[in-house]
Parts: sequence; structure tokens; C-alpha cells
Amino acid sequence: MKEMLLEVENLHVEADGAKILKGLDLKIAPGELHVIMGPNGAGKSTLANALMSNPAYAITEGTVRFKGEDVTLWTPDTKAKAGMFLAFQYPEEISGVSVVQFLRQAISARKGIDVSALEVRFALMEWMDRLGMDPVFAERHLNAGFSGGEKKRNEILQMALLEPDLALLDETDSGLDIDALRTVADGVAEVRGERPEMGVLLITHYNRILSYLEPDFVHIAIGGKIVESGKADLALALERSGYEKWRTN
Amino acid sequence: MANSLDLGKYQLGWADVEDYVFKPKKGISEEIVREMSAMKKEPTWMREFRLRALANFFKRPMAPWFAVNMPDLDFSDIYYYIKPTDKQVNAWDQLPDSVKSTYEKLGIPEAERKYLAGVTAQYESEVVYHRNRKELEDQGVLFCDMDSALRDYPDLVRQYFGTVIPPNDNKFAALNSAVWSGGSFIYVPPGVKVEMPLQAYFRINAENMGQFERTLIIADEGSQVHYIEGCSAPVYTTDSLHSAVVELIAKPGARITYTTIQNWSTNVYNLVTKRARAEAEARVEWIDGNIGSRLTMKYPAVYLVGPKASGEVLSVAYAGAGQHQDAGAKMVHAAPETTSTIVSKSISKDGGISTYRGLVHVDEGAKGAKSYVRCDALLLDDHSISETKPYMEVSERDASIGHEATVSRVGEDQLFYLMTRGLSEPQAMSLIVNGFIEPVTRTLPMEYAVEWSRLIELQMDGSIG
Repeated sequence: MKEMLLEVENLHVEADGAKILKGLDLKIAPGELHVIMGPNGAGKSTLANALMSNPAYAITEGTVRFKGEDVTLWTPDTKAKAGMFLAFQYPEEISGVSVVQFLRQAISARKGIDVSALEVRFALMEWMDRLGMDPVFAERHLNAGFSGGEKKRNEILQMALLEPDLALLDETDSGLDIDALRTVADGVAEVRGERPEMGVLLITHYNRILSYLEPDFVHIAIGGKIVESGKADLALALERSGYEKWRTN
Repeated sequence: MANSLDLGKYQLGWADVEDYVFKPKKGISEEIVREMSAMKKEPTWMREFRLRALANFFKRPMAPWFAVNMPDLDFSDIYYYIKPTDKQVNAWDQLPDSVKSTYEKLGIPEAERKYLAGVTAQYESEVVYHRNRKELEDQGVLFCDMDSALRDYPDLVRQYFGTVIPPNDNKFAALNSAVWSGGSFIYVPPGVKVEMPLQAYFRINAENMGQFERTLIIADEGSQVHYIEGCSAPVYTTDSLHSAVVELIAKPGARITYTTIQNWSTNVYNLVTKRARAEAEARVEWIDGNIGSRLTMKYPAVYLVGPKASGEVLSVAYAGAGQHQDAGAKMVHAAPETTSTIVSKSISKDGGISTYRGLVHVDEGAKGAKSYVRCDALLLDDHSISETKPYMEVSERDASIGHEATVSRVGEDQLFYLMTRGLSEPQAMSLIVNGFIEPVTRTLPMEYAVEWSRLIELQMDGSIG
């Protein structure tokens, strides 16, 4: 059996005093693409935030292991340096800081060495080209005034450049028109092609992105737990019958 | 006070062994002023100017809004004049070793090689090193310390000295006028554009020592000059007073940019009067960065006296533990179609206080005058303070005045976002703060912009809970 990349056991998480995750289990092996689907309030985004140690989400029980290590209480930056990445549903705007300037710091942190500005620029140019992004993007202030699609593409760009071992994509497909959705999905496929060992956890509300990305596993989350796991066809079943079947369980 | 904390905060600070030729008593009197003027071999008019200013200083009460900020300031506990070496030297190699090492720590030799057209370095109260590059001399640009200017260009100095800031302007201008020493003098002839910034570094290096430099810049018709002063100071145990006067005169069509990076250690009272006169179609820009000092009170002003003159103040203030930055700007529109812009960015952390205090004044008859004021404050925690005190005095109907102010906090969400990219909390904080002041730092020469981000990083590091 392969060594697991991510093992989540009996995870309980509270936010704003409310119990949201109530004993969630999940295992991801290297190279696998997992999809978590679920209705609003199922705790999908809570999972992404808790896995990345957002201080607004308190883990009250359970463990998170990454590459065999218990990382439950690690800080977000420590997790990032170790190879975990979260693409945000709503990326933050940081005015006055250019994309290239920010990426230089982030890449240096991830690699543990001071990466030169030129090196960052070359890598950035290459990936912007592969992701079909305009080069002027590099000079713009991080997410400030970006359209929804630009912000999501910028998240994929960061994922490509930071070379994580595990990428958590929190509703990266939401709010995108079909062209933008396709670009984002192609971007994810492009990065996976480059890094076949990278595990991906895609959290989504809709299955339309699954027309472009083939998942290894699909999980259905309801009421803070995974209620069913299966292969890609589970998403199709879900599309036909909705969440009602699992709600009544 | 917490010495270990201060030492941690001021990694750029150090103190050299004092080796002074002349060191008078503390306190101020007519006798000290006379003695000082005699030692400098000044002309009678300057001695009289000093004595009149001193009488003004004694007579004048401190403005209440000034006094409230420094209840413990004791004018009798300060040295008003210290002369570090007997006379000026004009080659780097001839400087005494202790002075030289001080400036090497400030990076002057290297900076000079790369950028400087000329350096005036003030050590204690008097300038000890200065050299003009040949090209400046060929252009007819005069750049030297104020004491030399008084000796070498007496007519120019007498014509302009004290004309923008009269000695009775305020208590600290009066004090400076009485005991000034050192500072820079620049004259740029008509039509001459000085390409490279001229710079000077100032430090205070004796405990309880006042520093009262006096700078006068005259840009003649259609000329251009950019002057930069940068400060870094050692750590002290008792308070020091720094009270400079800077006068700028921009003749018709001239342009002056004056950049300050102020990083006094947190025991210094920094009370500076800076004012410019902009004649027709002239432009004056003050770029003012305050990161150090215990208390800074400084409001660079532009008097727009000729039609279509314009003025701009871009300021950044950082107030950390025990610091109060009371900074701002003053724009006086005294002629038609004059324009002014004030952009103020302040950051408060660890209980620090940032105050924006600004005045826009429009005289009757200044038709078509335009002014835009923008103040943004960033609070890094719950116990720091930001105050905004904008004043408007508009006597002309045909004027347009705009004012915007924002106060924001660094959001947990922003910090989380950056930390998920591998940045530590202080790094994330520095990035956000540097982004916040970017509208000002982007106007600085590269070398200074880099120094600014490094200073911000030093301030953010370590003390975040």
C-alpha cells in the first residue's frame, strides 16, 4: 500500500461557536484527485480552512496527518513550507504589492532559499504563458481590482509556482463562466501533468468542472461528515438524484 | 525603560566614542549665542539675527497644542552647540577615523560612488565633510554646508536667509534661528537641471545634545533639484532635541523635491519647521518619511504665491511603542490656479499614536485653486491610535477642495491568506504595511525604497504576539 499524503481522522471543527465538522475522515494518496461535493452548510469550506489552520476555525477533536506527520496544530506558514497549498474561494486583495514581488517572497519561503527576482520572473513568465495569462498581470497589485476569473487563475498560477505536494482547491470553479472554468480546469490538469505525484482535493458545489477533470474519488459531504465515497460515477448519480437520498439517511 | 526592547528595535543604531574639540555647558543664554557666533567668525548681521531670535524664543510661550505633547522638555538641560573637529576637510581620507567609521556604517562611501552628486554629512552640530562633484561646479550649482555658505556666499545667504520662515514664526523656529549650526545650502542657477539627487545624512551623537541644522535651498527660474536627507541615530538613555529649519525657494517655473527619511531613536524630540515658497508655475514636493523619534511634530508647508504654482506633500509615519508621530502638511493658496495635493499614510502599532494634522488655506482671489487631501491610517492592533485633524480655511468661492480619509486594520483574513503562501506572520504584516505605503515609497529612489522596506520589516519583526 502506498504511503498516504493526507489522512484526516475523526475531524471535529467549530467556527463562531457552531459545530460544523462532526467526525470527518478522508485519505488521499500521492497523485490522486479527490472531489468533495455537498450542499451549502455541509462544511466543505470549513474543511479547507481547518486543514490549512485558519485561526477562525478551531479543531476540537481528531487529527490531520500530512506525509505521515501529525500537522494538526501546525501554523499555516509551516504547512505551506511543507508542501500544502490552498486555492481560496475568495482570494484576498493586497494593494501596493505586485504579483511578482509577492511570489518572490512566497517561493523563497517554500524553497527555503532566497530566490532571485530574475529566477521568479522567468518561472512566472513561463507559467503565465502556459495558463494563457497576460504578462502585465505580474506587475499588477495582488488581486486588487482583479475580476473573479483573474483571481482564480492567479490562484492556479500560485499553485503552479509554489509546487505543492497537496493542493486544496476551495470552490475554485464557482462564479466562473464556462471559458474561465475551462481555463482553470486546464490549468489544474497542466500542473498535474508537471507534478504527477501531487494530490488534489477539489471542493465544489457543482459537477460541471468534472467534465474537464477526471476524479479518482468522489465524496459526498453532508452535515459535517463524508456520507458516501465512490468513483467518478458517484457524481453522475448525484446529478440525477440530488442530495435528498443521503439527507434522509 | 525597557532597554533590551529599544536595542532590539534599533538595530541600525550605535554610538561612537565622543572625541570633541569643544564642548560647552548645557543651557542657553545670550552669552552662549555670542560666543558661538564669534567662534564661527560670523558677520554682525547674523549675530544680531541670532540675538533677536533668542529674545523671541525667551519671550514666546510654546503653543498649547505643542506643549501638551512634551510636558518634560527642559530647555536648560540641552547642549546647544558642539563642534566636533576644528575645521572642514574636503577629502574622505582626511576625516578622523571615528567620524569615518560612523559614515561607513551609514553606507555613505558606497552610496556616493553610485548615486551622489555631492555629499554634506553633518556630524553633531557642524558639517565636517563635503565635496562637490565637478559637474555640479561646472553647472554653477552651489552646494555646501550652511556655515560655509555664510562665509563664501554672504550676499545670497543674507538675501534669502529667514525670508520663508521668519525667526518669530514659532518657538522652535526662534530657537533654531538663535543657535543654528550646520545644515545645507544649495543654489541652482536659472535653467539648470540637477539630474542626480543631492543628499546629506544627519545624526545626533551626544547625549542630551540638541541639533539645530538650518537648510536653505534656492532654485532659480526654470531650474530643478532633488535633495534627500536621511537620518539614523544611536540608542540613548535620555531625551534629545532635534529642531531644524528648512527653507525652500522655488522661483518661477522651478521645481524642488525634498525627501526626508527620519529614523531618530525613540528618545528624540523631533520638532522641525519646513516651508517652501513656490512662485509662478513653480512646483515643490515634500516627501516625508517618519519612522523614528519619540515625538515628531512636523508639517511641511508650501506657500503658493504665484499663479499656477503647485505643491505636494507625500508623507508616511510609523508610530510604534512609546512613539507619537504628529505629522501632516500645510498648503497656502495665495494666487490663482494654484494646486496642491496632500497624501498622508500612517501606521500605528504596539500602542503608538499617529496624528495627521493638516491645513489647507485658500486666500480670497485665489480663483480656480484646487486642493486634494487624502489621509489613510492603518492600525496593526487594538491598542494603537490614529487621529485625523484636517483644517480648511477657504475664503475664495471659486476653489475646489477635496478630502478623503480612511482608517483600516490589517485583517485576519489577509494575514491568513499570505501565511498559506509560506510567509511568517511578521513577513505577512510587513508585506501588507509596505503595500500600504507603496504610493509614497514608489516616488523614492530605489536605494531609499529598499531601505524603507527593510526598516518596516525590522519594526514588524519579533514583537507580534
